[in-house]
Amino acid sequence: MLKSLVLALALLTGLVAPAAAQSARAPATGGPSAEVAKHISDVASADATVQQDAAVALGKTGDRKILPLLEALREGSVYVRSLPGGKKETVIVGDKVTEGDKTLVPLFRAYGREPITGPDGKPLLAELTTLEEVPTGRSLRVAIRPLIDAFSGQSDLVNADPATRRAAATKMGFNGDAATVQVLETALGKEQDRWVRFAIQEAIALIRLRTGTDAERVAAAEALGRLRSASAMEPLQQIAGDPQSPPPLAGAARDAIKRIERWGLFTQGIEIAFQGLSLSSILLLMALGLAIVFGLMGVINMAHGELMALGAYSTFLVQGWFTAYFPGHFDYYFLVALPFSFLVSAVAGFVLERGVIRFLYGRPLETLLLTWGVSLIIQQGLRLYFGAANVDVTSPRWLSGGIPVMIGVQLPYNRLFIIGLAAVCVGAMYLLLFRTDAGLRIRAVTQNRGMAACLGVRARWVDAGTFALGAGLAGLAGCAITQIGNVGPELGQNYIVDSFMVVVTGGVGKLLGSILAAIGIGGLNKIIEPGMGAVFGKVLILVLVILFIQRRPSGLFASKGRYAES
Amino acid sequence: MRSLERWGLLGLAVMLVVVLPTLNALPAGSPVRVADFTLNLFGKFLAYAILALGIDLIWGYTGVLSLGHGVFFGLGAYAMGMHLMLEIGTRSVYGNVLPDFMVWNRVTELPLFWKPFYSVPFTLLAVLVVPALFAYVFGYLTFRSRIRGVYFSIITQALALSTWLMFNRNAMNLGGTNGLSGFKSIFGFTLNSATTQRALYVATALCLCAAFVVCRLITRSPAGRVLIAIRDSETRVLFSGYSPAAFKLFVFVVSAALAGVAGALYVPQVGIITPAKIGVLPSIEMIIWVAVGGRGTLLGPVVGAIGVTWLQSILTPSYPDLWPLVLGGLFVAVVRVVPDVVVGTTQKLLARALPPLSGAGVRLSGRPDEGLRPEEAKPQTGVPHIP
Repeated sequence: MLKSLVLALALLTGLVAPAAAQSARAPATGGPSAEVAKHISDVASADATVQQDAAVALGKTGDRKILPLLEALREGSVYVRSLPGGKKETVIVGDKVTEGDKTLVPLFRAYGREPITGPDGKPLLAELTTLEEVPTGRSLRVAIRPLIDAFSGQSDLVNADPATRRAAATKMGFNGDAATVQVLETALGKEQDRWVRFAIQEAIALIRLRTGTDAERVAAAEALGRLRSASAMEPLQQIAGDPQSPPPLAGAARDAIKRIERWGLFTQGIEIAFQGLSLSSILLLMALGLAIVFGLMGVINMAHGELMALGAYSTFLVQGWFTAYFPGHFDYYFLVALPFSFLVSAVAGFVLERGVIRFLYGRPLETLLLTWGVSLIIQQGLRLYFGAANVDVTSPRWLSGGIPVMIGVQLPYNRLFIIGLAAVCVGAMYLLLFRTDAGLRIRAVTQNRGMAACLGVRARWVDAGTFALGAGLAGLAGCAITQIGNVGPELGQNYIVDSFMVVVTGGVGKLLGSILAAIGIGGLNKIIEPGMGAVFGKVLILVLVILFIQRRPSGLFASKGRYAES
Repeated sequence: MRSLERWGLLGLAVMLVVVLPTLNALPAGSPVRVADFTLNLFGKFLAYAILALGIDLIWGYTGVLSLGHGVFFGLGAYAMGMHLMLEIGTRSVYGNVLPDFMVWNRVTELPLFWKPFYSVPFTLLAVLVVPALFAYVFGYLTFRSRIRGVYFSIITQALALSTWLMFNRNAMNLGGTNGLSGFKSIFGFTLNSATTQRALYVATALCLCAAFVVCRLITRSPAGRVLIAIRDSETRVLFSGYSPAAFKLFVFVVSAALAGVAGALYVPQVGIITPAKIGVLPSIEMIIWVAVGGRGTLLGPVVGAIGVTWLQSILTPSYPDLWPLVLGGLFVAVVRVVPDVVVGTTQKLLARALPPLSGAGVRLSGRPDEGLRPEEAKPQTGVPHIP
């Protein structure tokens, strides 16, 4: 098979090529009109002005079969070949093939990019040196770029996917070519989708603002203000700041800027609140595990962050298995990763509790040091096994993107998912603690270990189970965090202090306290960050927590009565 | 028998203060000569030992676990480092009066808080007072509101984290991540010379002895007994009419000042101070020195600090990946398997030969958290509660 191919090639190049060139004379059916044909030959002109005019004229025809030629011009793959009889033909060449010391290229017609075939029906290969290259200067390339964009934009504007339509409109508005207004307006008439309509209107106004008459520009500025278009800020500011702008235009621009700025503040507020909420959810998942373990056993688990990192790395592993064994079902890896990371961390927590922590009840400071040591070991183990660099976890497709809520605000699915996950976990914890026998035992041991043990509750096993449960929650948090943050060996360290702050503020062993404290601290983090930077945010939160504890030493919801801390 | 113990300690002090530096001062080639490098290393260990003494005072004796002592160490170290930076003057790389990193960061004028550090007395004072003052304010706020146990530990850890974050910022004008380094001289003496380094070593050893004496005086005074009482049952101390907060605050401040001194002695001998030395991890490493040596004893932390940092300096160059594992293992081992390794074991051996080493009322054997702590032994909190 291969042999015959090589033979054919050799025949083609050595013997057949000249003959083939002669026979490939017949024009393709459905060829270009005379006018277009003239432009096509002019494009190959040595005179740059003639060439450019021809290219622009071709672009203006709006004929889709011209697009490959324009693209080829930009890439510099347009050549002229001599036909027998002194005639010349503009052709597009394909990827080069090297055959001995000759460089061969397949030829395509300039109109519609159909392959030119030889007499045997096979694609025609020509030697590159027999062709004459069409020079393409920078100015030509610059001139045809918007034409190409207009072509691709036109087809994208009728694409079935709204996101593509939006992107096309935005791009056209950005290019600001007056010729595209017509296209956009036609598209606007047919468009149903709210967000695409917005993008088209914005694009039209942007183009008019740049290229329209004075009256059109004023109207466009007003329209942009009404649309609260964030991408119009820059041109509007230019107009408002330019002393040569006509006064009504400058005034309209200033009004529009004000409206857009006000809207920007509003959307920023919403975004911050949303980010704060999703950070809170992560903290809540972390703090939930910490809080029940501390409430039950008086144990501060410094390795909690590393249990979370274990969850994150488990997600990474599951992703790897799916890529290796079920690449077709890659998007579902996350559904497997969720329970898997819960399980891995829970088992690690169980081993930790049974192995060491159970010997240290009643000695919280020692437990703290011991779990810190464990956290160092886990962390270093992860670093040695997975490497010190962050690993890459890809979001499944159904978690990327988001819901556009209003102009300039998009709620990403991954953050929504995390908030939902935290809510489900809190609900499940509530049901577990207050609606099941296991929960009853946990509460009994928490209230009075000795009495519960006397009544037949196996306190030790309750401890181990609860610890595993808390660890599993940390694993879930780790799985969730892969969707919004980096996964590295130090992952746990970055969240552990914040989650302890949540536990301390919320009151130990209090679900509601933990929830409120998580929302408060996560929210504050995100509110302070933009204004003062993340560092001052952390410091300020520490100060606030200390001041808060002044007023309420045992957190938001203190235990009362004889079980309260002495 | 008391005098035997005293003689032992005195002998150790003479060994550290006189014998080691004398051996170092011997002419090169002498078989018993201590190398400059070794002496310098020991200078660093002894500085850490001072810090460990401070931690022992607050943790071993008073039962308050501070995970933020790196901060106080750092404050002392940066105070000294700032003075040394200013002493470089125009001998720096850029030849500017300003420290190099400021030239780099386009700071044109020396920030106001740097100016007093031109003065030697001010620097020496700041080394003690800045950490002490900071500890006072922080301790006042936390102890007053009866934050104790693990709560206090967590808050101090957050303190270490935020301080580390702050010191990492270039805007603080403290050298950012790179810290302070490139020192040339201290109080006019070239840092590069063996004599200066030896003098610094002797100063560190003397400071360690002084710190030891101070801690011994504190722990053997009536106030020291209250500290131990607080460790064993804070509530009972409160009900006996003492104010645990005031005692804890006092010890916390002393401990912070010791940490500051340790930092100030550390900087000229090591030649660099960076935020990495004062963050969460170094702060907790300091705890392990005390835990390994044996808390609630004064000799234990000194031995622990020297021993663990020595091990670290042996292991880190050849097996950098191994050290975190060893450190983590040490934590687990010390807490779980063999508490109070060094001094506890030595003591048992000594106990056969001698009457108790301990001073009045200082329990050397047994873990501080064991025994009479009903409120600790019992789970502290109520039902997880959703109204």
